[in-house]
Amino acid sequence: MNEDACYTQLKALVGPYLPEDVSVDAIRPESHFVKELNINSANLVDIVLDVEDEFDIVLENEEMEAMQTVRDAMELIRRKRAAR
Amino acid sequence: MDRRVVVTGMGVCAPNGTGLEAFASALGSGRSGIRFEPELKALSFGCQIAGKPLFDETHLNKYFKPVQQRGLLASGLVYGVMAGVDAWEDAGLGMDAEEPDWDSGVIFGTGLLGVDKLRESIYHVDAGQVRRLGSTAVSQTMASGISAYLGGMLGCGNQVSTNSSACSTGAEAVLMAWERIRNGAALRMLAGSCSDSGPYIWGGFDAMRILPRNFNDDPASASRPMSATAAGFVPGSGAGALLLESLESALDREAPIYAEVLGGSVNCGGQRAGGSMTAPNSLAVQRCITQALEIAGVHPWEVDTINGHLTATGKDVEEIANWSKALGRKGPDFPYVNSFKGTLGHCLAAAGSIECVASLLQMKEGTLFGNVNCEDLHPDIVPWANPDRIPQKPLSFTPNILAKASFGFGDVNACIIFKRFTP
Repeated sequence: MNEDACYTQLKALVGPYLPEDVSVDAIRPESHFVKELNINSANLVDIVLDVEDEFDIVLENEEMEAMQTVRDAMELIRRKRAAR
Repeated sequence: MDRRVVVTGMGVCAPNGTGLEAFASALGSGRSGIRFEPELKALSFGCQIAGKPLFDETHLNKYFKPVQQRGLLASGLVYGVMAGVDAWEDAGLGMDAEEPDWDSGVIFGTGLLGVDKLRESIYHVDAGQVRRLGSTAVSQTMASGISAYLGGMLGCGNQVSTNSSACSTGAEAVLMAWERIRNGAALRMLAGSCSDSGPYIWGGFDAMRILPRNFNDDPASASRPMSATAAGFVPGSGAGALLLESLESALDREAPIYAEVLGGSVNCGGQRAGGSMTAPNSLAVQRCITQALEIAGVHPWEVDTINGHLTATGKDVEEIANWSKALGRKGPDFPYVNSFKGTLGHCLAAAGSIECVASLLQMKEGTLFGNVNCEDLHPDIVPWANPDRIPQKPLSFTPNILAKASFGFGDVNACIIFKRFTP
């Protein structure tokens, strides 16, 4: 999977969790899920589960905690898929 | 000084109608919400029929955002939100305020919330997959999930809580809300209750063998309150909600008023003197009714309509006798009485609130909704209440003083006195 496809897929996945006043277009690779996209930290738990299902990977606790930005997520996905 | 309390909004999500209009039309025509449930047959239930609200995805989308619908399995929460939001909007109240509304609160009861979510969670936990529970396992399964959800949607800043007293939960919620407004602690309280649907809620009752087993091919005839052939209650589900408000606040807002809540009473038979976990102590039932009237300042002869608990078991006769003794009125002198469980089934924790909504719709429509499935009235009821007091068809009659009671497991009772509103 190339980086663009991963990014597009991730954006679609994060979209529903955005608060009403944040548009999907506001998502950038460097966007911080909680601080910039204003995603409820409880919902971040659900995003992690969605990422696991969507990309068929399992994230460890420390990895979940390290997943702060969209780029963090993409990097994790790349690494996890490569290690399979 | 005690404040007068009125009902300015209502909402309902019932087996035979979601929304006030559909519900009123179903009650007016005696349309049943009890249906055959293939799932219960597949699970070898004795009773394979139940009352469950029906609505499509478009309706669900009006109340829940797509992200809120992910992993949403708490059916009672869904019903409760629909009824609660409807009642709030029916009262002409908005949901967009930036600040909490300190004068508005929520008392929304339930028995067990989100049992299907709980089941899913237990499977994850037992498989060592606690991390897969997601973020809403708690909010969907805590009893107060429903009041918390509504409190947030409506921005309520007063008391937001959930009560639980089995099948008297809904009536009790209304009285708790009434008390709070009467005492001046709040101006508006959303009062209601909800109950999940499905095999995990209904199974325990099937195991007790108190549900009808011979109507699986004739669901609409199964729930027979006050009938000689009553065979047990049909399990139901759903939610009802009433927006209670101080008269002053309602008049200030020029809100439409359905009825006045004059007062009421809750008590318990202590599981003594014939009372048990599952059976009522008759003396306690009579006391509850008498006290409700005293608190409401109403003479027994002023009650013109009763909406009973009347679940369609052998206990219906005893309930009618208890009303008769408490009111000191018998035979031709007995008030009109009806039970909506003939078409709704017994919606358990949601029963009281759904039936309060139905009761007050009678005042609005000027119609006493008829009883269904008691064309063969139980002969032991007749000495207490003349058959003409138990209308089989809708009657053109506007109740003035209506007594509504609900009773529940644990020998608990609740009785509310409503009055047609006159300024």
